[in-house]
Amino acid sequence: MNRFRRGFLKLAGGLGALAAAGGTALLRPMAAWAAPWNKAGFESKAFADALKSLGAASATESRDITITAPDIAENGAVVPIAVTSRIPGTQQISILAEKNPFPLAATFDVAGGGEGHVSVRIKMGQTSDVWAVVKADGRFFSAKREVKITVGGCG
Amino acid sequence: MADPMKIRATLQGDVADVRILMLHPMETGQRRDAKGEIVPLHFIQSVVVTHNGKTVLDAQWSQAVSRNTFLELRIKGAKAGDKISVTWMDNKGDKRTDEATVAAAS
Repeated sequence: MNRFRRGFLKLAGGLGALAAAGGTALLRPMAAWAAPWNKAGFESKAFADALKSLGAASATESRDITITAPDIAENGAVVPIAVTSRIPGTQQISILAEKNPFPLAATFDVAGGGEGHVSVRIKMGQTSDVWAVVKADGRFFSAKREVKITVGGCG
Repeated sequence: MADPMKIRATLQGDVADVRILMLHPMETGQRRDAKGEIVPLHFIQSVVVTHNGKTVLDAQWSQAVSRNTFLELRIKGAKAGDKISVTWMDNKGDKRTDEATVAAAS
């Protein structure tokens, strides 16, 4: 899609700035439908980079975040992770597995009547800390919990 | 077209407990098939859950989310009969929307 867009913009640029602006809007149907996918974050291979992409490089540790996960998961392909945030004004919950090839697993934007609780199943390549990063009132909080993996679930 | 989701929403007090099962291969792009060729990335990128038309959860996922994903969330201030709608979209542009109503506590 990117290559097409670049070509398209070049073409549209020749026709004038107005056309270019229209073209950009046309080629981004996702933006209207949902929050743009955090490409940089999901494609970063280092845990620190993934945190940075969320803007959470300096998250403070919080006891008000509970991660429910097994201590030992036999099958790395299905590791149930539940995160509950009791921090008032929780806007976003992210789940990261520190030693996965791509650490950032999921981001949840909570709005309206959505409560600070999500439960999802993720894949983990090896024994590692699982982090929950919560954004509340523009500030970031984190919690972690180690999950031991018997058989990795990446391949 | 993708398989339908299974959605169950039950009321506990004024909080609806919503459980969603999405049938999707969620390929990581690292697995090899029987011929030794890499199976290309194919995973759900975003999931939007609405409650009576209002977005309550907007999720972005990577390929690290498990196959045939199970997702659970809680919605405050729900009543029996409320409409829950779930839409997912994957990296190939495939989409699916399913709806359910909140059931009273049993």
